Amino acid sequence: MSSSRGLNLTLKIWRQPGPNARGEFRTYEMKNISPDMSFLEMLDVLNEQLIQTSEDPVAFDHDCREGICGMCSMMINGQAHGPDRATTTCQLHMRRFSDGDTIVIEPWRASAFPVIRDLATDRSAFDRIITAGGYVSINTGNAQDANCLPVGRDRQEKSMAAAACIGCGACVAACKNASAMLFVSAKVSQLALLPQGVPERARRVTRMVAQMDKEGFGGCTNTYECEAACPAEVSVTNIARLNREYLRAVVVSEEGV
Amino acid sequence: MAEVTTTTNSSSRLQSNAPTGDITTGWDRHKFDLKLVNPANKRKFNIIVVGTGLAGASAAASLAELGYNVKAFCFQDSPRRAHSIAAQGGINAAKNYCNDGDSVWRLFYDTVKGGDFRARESNVYRLASVSTNIIDQCVAQGVPFQRDYGGLLANRSFGGAQVSRTFYARGQTGQQLLLGAYSALMRQVDLGKVKLFARREMLDLIKVDGVARGIVVRNLVTGEFESHTGDAVLLATGGYGNVFYLSTNAKGCNVTAAWRCHKRGAFFANPCFTQIHPTCIPVSGDHQSKLTLMSESLRNDGRVWVPKNPSDSRSPNEIPDDDRDYFLERRYAAFGNLVPRDVASRAAKKACDEGFGVGETKLAVYLDFRDTIKRDGAAVVKGKYGNLFQMYAKITGEDPYSTPMRIYPAVHYTMGGLWVDYNLQTTVPGLYCLGEANFSDHGANRLGASALMQGLADGYFVIPYTIAHHLATSKLPKIADDHPDVRGAVESAKARVTKLLSIQGSRSVESFHRALGKIMWEKCGMARNDAGLKYAEKEIAALRDEFWNNVRVMGTGEAFNQNLEHAGRVADFLEFGELLVHDALTREESCGGHFREEHQTDENEAKRNDADFCHAAAWEYTGGHDSFAGEKEQLHKEALSFENVHLTTRSYRE
Repeated sequence: MSSSRGLNLTLKIWRQPGPNARGEFRTYEMKNISPDMSFLEMLDVLNEQLIQTSEDPVAFDHDCREGICGMCSMMINGQAHGPDRATTTCQLHMRRFSDGDTIVIEPWRASAFPVIRDLATDRSAFDRIITAGGYVSINTGNAQDANCLPVGRDRQEKSMAAAACIGCGACVAACKNASAMLFVSAKVSQLALLPQGVPERARRVTRMVAQMDKEGFGGCTNTYECEAACPAEVSVTNIARLNREYLRAVVVSEEGV
Repeated sequence: MAEVTTTTNSSSRLQSNAPTGDITTGWDRHKFDLKLVNPANKRKFNIIVVGTGLAGASAAASLAELGYNVKAFCFQDSPRRAHSIAAQGGINAAKNYCNDGDSVWRLFYDTVKGGDFRARESNVYRLASVSTNIIDQCVAQGVPFQRDYGGLLANRSFGGAQVSRTFYARGQTGQQLLLGAYSALMRQVDLGKVKLFARREMLDLIKVDGVARGIVVRNLVTGEFESHTGDAVLLATGGYGNVFYLSTNAKGCNVTAAWRCHKRGAFFANPCFTQIHPTCIPVSGDHQSKLTLMSESLRNDGRVWVPKNPSDSRSPNEIPDDDRDYFLERRYAAFGNLVPRDVASRAAKKACDEGFGVGETKLAVYLDFRDTIKRDGAAVVKGKYGNLFQMYAKITGEDPYSTPMRIYPAVHYTMGGLWVDYNLQTTVPGLYCLGEANFSDHGANRLGASALMQGLADGYFVIPYTIAHHLATSKLPKIADDHPDVRGAVESAKARVTKLLSIQGSRSVESFHRALGKIMWEKCGMARNDAGLKYAEKEIAALRDEFWNNVRVMGTGEAFNQNLEHAGRVADFLEFGELLVHDALTREESCGGHFREEHQTDENEAKRNDADFCHAAAWEYTGGHDSFAGEKEQLHKEALSFENVHLTTRSYRE
């Protein structure tokens, strides 16, 4: 519902014209922002103002604006996707802020996610990790009747909870080591928990972990910032499962890896 | 039931190539008649797939599995982000796992009827018959569909059907299906059969000797123009709902690829068939940048109502049942809250138009879970709809467990699209169109949980067979990068971008887009009439003129420039919007999502005119390719015949 209590805010936004250009924070004053706006709608308003004053609008990735596509990606006051738990930037609303606040907005900071422009980064490293094994090798047409392979409800729900990952990269951005373990563990867990994923489980985990390392993501030191930042509430227990899967693959698996 | 005599004859330009005779064996017979490409020859063919949603990703993966070389393109930073990901409720399949009388025939029947008899029967039957294979395929990929305690798949019911045939994964079914298709796609990237091009936007179609042979794209990171040639082009670029500015589509969804193909000769069919989804979160203010859908599955347990007294100022929980009008249950006894989307949306609009709306704007109705929570407990409701309730709370700041949701209809899906024959080929040979981008299967109204089904049917189980026929029967000489038709298309796309950047006017792209959306929604939204549509045509033309004289596009063409991307899309919407309105004006009847106020029954239901409009309206662009003026469109008709599901007035009352 609309409201008369507009917010006056100071934004400090990272501006970087290109991948190799030098970046800097620039300050913008915002007047009378409706608390019912989403965070991205507030940036839309800023961009309209910038166009009127002939300054390039702020580049930021966004698409579905309903918290599922994983495109939006910004550090807000040092927190990935801002202060609300289990919330993407697009679902964060201005009623969460107070009149007079200063808000610092930055891109994801990780060497594996280089800045393209302003707040937009290149997250293709995640695609390459999935390419290394985040799938079940089944060609179209090979499938048997869907009910011929029962999956206990508990397993299915755990698998679904891991599969809910939206691939936004907040876990990496929140981690002091820029580790991608939560992302990798989500896909490894989803498939390890299902009978469909069993035949390739050793090959999958070893290849995905190798690609993760190659992309320059850091290691996990169990601070759980990733879980706290994850908008899809992917649990760190998946990282434990990833470690078990990896150990199993390299120590006891008879599958050629 | 009275026989209806239809007067439409099909245009000779529109050969549906649909099988005749017994509909249940039509697809098998058709597949047998299609030419094959032998396994060793498949690697000689290069196929371009634009868009990586359900239709595009499934097609690219399946074609690569067969051995074709595939190039896949998307404008997002990753194929996993296509807007299929946002579909919530589920996917239909005629598995009859619930033993409640479902069958392929019933799904076919429901879909033809739900589409208000404006879809091609043969296509719909094929869709229903491959629906079961889709579920098998997705489960095999590791899609974690909801299951019962015995480990078998669960189903739920959905609008427009009286059986439970919808498979789902929490309220994130689209996400899980898309990630399944994405994983199949990435596996083919790993195997070297698919080359992936993310952050590329298709800006033109390359035609050589009348046949689609490639595309022009702009690299959205560097601004460079690239041409890619091949032996067939598949468009799976989604719907055009964002012509209304406010819709449930992702911000990037656009008509550009389809429109540029239209201007190269692909007919555009039934653009006025747009779906307004009944359960969306209402607009909160002028800053609104998009609308958020709440899955239709909520109508399984939520009851829709407004106060009987329009000036009732009590909070909803204080209004007793006697003072509430559960208008869907009252008007549609048999289907109640589960009537199809178009019917539910219009009923909500009617309630609000008559002054019964709720909330500050009075443009909302209640969707109330009080009775279900009382009956089943909040925990059960949370289990079914937890993520939707959470999303609602985040956006509105209200708790739907204790206060009824406020909902209002919003543009959601577009049934119209490029005209395709039974093989999914457009009127341009070698150019195919899949998923929401084509027009074929949903007629004038799509039933819930059928979009995912169609996208995957086209990609996994139709195009892999039908494309072979084109490849096996056409002469497809190699096209050099400097072929005049390739260079011409690149130059044309470049010139357009240069023109956009050179105008340097005073009004922003966003402002034009909002203005267009306002015209479309007010004059061509849930209810349309002759005067309003004629007014809209003029307004759109004037807005387009202003756009090309006064738009302000920031930055340069040689960089990552989202303002420029948006400008190109809005420019195309400004041409396309006029065609949509013109189609709505021409279709002098009400059917499905297209409601002409002049054509309604005494009970305000849609009144079809089968004698004159039992056809698909396919529009041919007849202007110059590089003109931005909204040039003339010529109408061609494909007559639709209903031999299996007889033309009747849709009724959800009894």
